[in-house]
Amino acid sequence: MKHVDEYRDGNLARGIARRIAVEARTERSYRFMEFCGGHTHAISRYGVEDLLPANIRMIHGPGCPVCVLPMGRVDDAIALAKRPEVTLCVYGDLMRVPGSNGSSLLKAKAAGADIRMVYSTLDAIKIAENEPARQLVFFAIGFETTTPPTAMAVRLAQKKRLTNFSIFCNHVLTPSAIQKILQAGDPDAVEIDGFIGPAHVSTIIGTTPYQRFATEFHKPVVVAGFEPLDVAQAILMLVRQVNEGRAEIENQYIRAVSAEGNRKAQAEIADIFELRESFEWRGLGEIPRSALRLREPYAQFDAERRFAIVTRPARDNPACECGAILRGSKRPQQCKLFGGACTPETPMGACMVSSEGSCAAYWAYGRFRDRETASRKAVVS
Amino acid sequence: MNKSEPLGRKLDLRSGRVDLSHGSGGRAMARLVADVFHKAFDNEFLRAGNDQSVFDIGGGRMVMTTDGYVVSPLFFPGGDIGDLAVNGTINDIAMAGAKPLYMSASFILEEGFPLADLARIAQSMGDASRAANVPIITGDTKVVEHGKADGVFISTACVGVVPPGLYLSGDQARPGDVILLSGSIGDHGVAVMSKRENLSFETQVLSDTAALHDLVAVMVEAAGASIRLMRDPTRGGLAATLNEIAHQSRVGIRIDEASILVRPQVAAACELLGLDPLFVANEGKLVVFVAPEAADKLLAAMRAHPLGGDAARIGAVIEDDHCFVQMTTAFGGGRIVDWLSGEQLPRIC
Repeated sequence: MKHVDEYRDGNLARGIARRIAVEARTERSYRFMEFCGGHTHAISRYGVEDLLPANIRMIHGPGCPVCVLPMGRVDDAIALAKRPEVTLCVYGDLMRVPGSNGSSLLKAKAAGADIRMVYSTLDAIKIAENEPARQLVFFAIGFETTTPPTAMAVRLAQKKRLTNFSIFCNHVLTPSAIQKILQAGDPDAVEIDGFIGPAHVSTIIGTTPYQRFATEFHKPVVVAGFEPLDVAQAILMLVRQVNEGRAEIENQYIRAVSAEGNRKAQAEIADIFELRESFEWRGLGEIPRSALRLREPYAQFDAERRFAIVTRPARDNPACECGAILRGSKRPQQCKLFGGACTPETPMGACMVSSEGSCAAYWAYGRFRDRETASRKAVVS
Repeated sequence: MNKSEPLGRKLDLRSGRVDLSHGSGGRAMARLVADVFHKAFDNEFLRAGNDQSVFDIGGGRMVMTTDGYVVSPLFFPGGDIGDLAVNGTINDIAMAGAKPLYMSASFILEEGFPLADLARIAQSMGDASRAANVPIITGDTKVVEHGKADGVFISTACVGVVPPGLYLSGDQARPGDVILLSGSIGDHGVAVMSKRENLSFETQVLSDTAALHDLVAVMVEAAGASIRLMRDPTRGGLAATLNEIAHQSRVGIRIDEASILVRPQVAAACELLGLDPLFVANEGKLVVFVAPEAADKLLAAMRAHPLGGDAARIGAVIEDDHCFVQMTTAFGGGRIVDWLSGEQLPRIC
């Protein structure tokens, strides 16, 4: 796999790790948040933290779209799928996301709902064309990366004059969430010294939208690719910025990301979507102007309007510490539910839902580092 | 397939379809059994035309297994449900270090299933069983209404004999044991996935489906009782197999990612789909746990066999009350290789 293996090279990694160890100052600590689940996954899967000195701590951010999807929206999707006329198309990792009372799309499918996993919005369009008697709803979810494909599907449905296609829109915006984390006002929240900025999201929005985190909040941001060497290099760049007292937007992922991003995609998104006043993020609560919905001219493709969906709030288990974990004030193993009531098989909170969530990643890849937690709960019997 | 006297109308194997009469016990069924199954599996036991077969096993301990096959799609690059069923069942016997002797095959057919496909599947079962020298000596056929099954389901059973002195079992791994893997991982799962209806992508990856008993015989000859256990990492992949063994034996396992062979095409497909090859199914590979002093000899014997040419030492057993499977990543870090939570689902981004 040329152009992938190079970014997973162990020798190069050890080289960067040595540089980080030399340059990180022993008299201070460094706390960096990787916003994206893709980075969390890479860090856990490749064991990047093992290459870092003890005074560098990575805080796993909320950038996992299925993790931050509020339960109420999952309930909506399940209700939609249960309608006899509806075929619900979803991306695979949504299937297990828990709704209220232990429900999930996987269980709804087993109970007879017509739910199909797709890999592309175009598959959903194809199904709508092939099965005109079905009402096809695409469960649109994701950050700025997956918004353009949804926009393309809406555009295509419009061109093909499909009357049986709509989207259940849950697209959310990265910068709004970073801002929320920085403004959280949580007295326990740890000071974050810098961010690893998203990889794929930034190919669409560019690096400019992060500028205010440098200027207003004085936080360095290094946009980085999703390979482990990208992450390691970004950490080195962040250490250097912190050491030099800089707060700049730097781009490690120059092979894919430009300052202005993908203008064509941005224009299409702007034409089809508008900002919601507010949207609930699981674990973070309501965040103003953090999500998208279809504009009026595309109302016919809006499942929320077509099926008159009114989302009812659904509360997580009160013992769930996802909010504190997402803000970096707690670690997964400090949550009472972690590893007992809350495991990847029975996730209780946002961070355990997808393999990109911080709790799930820690459970799946890192819990050997913390024997005590593991022994507290029987592992798998 | 227990009727010896073919009666009923001639089967249209080109464009005919399975109908309910093929499972009724009457002439149509006799014809189907004779023209499709007996023809493909032909051997002296089936020719006797009984509802069971009688055979000699000699002395020693016997081993028996049963297995079911519901793979979708039925035909995939490198194989089909037929040879998969034969090889998979033989492998379950072989993992006991045993020599497989005879097998059975039972078919649940869905009304409307094309006879041509059924004949093709039977043929590939016959070919696989002849190649493995493990005849299919008894069987059964049922037809269910359209919609009550997905084309064809195959249930098998197999019996074999275990060489004296060999006690392979999942609870036999002990700290210090060396873990060997017979070849690349992920080939079968990726080959099957590449042909799934909603996921067709071009790939040259072929299923690795193969009967491993001959390789096993060579291994038993080389290392004998130094072999603690063997297992073929099918569903759930290498990760599931290692976790099962760690828990059965109450030990920890440490593996080295760099030593585990993943073909570039398989790695690329997994990359594309967001899957981890460690969790992807194999149908022609085995892992073996062996006492350290016999590891080199066993590895050399495996490598000399066509089905073990890429065999490698991938790790070792360690003491660990938590029974973790840990991996040193090729990147230089460490991580757990956990069980899967349900099916491995592709990630959004």
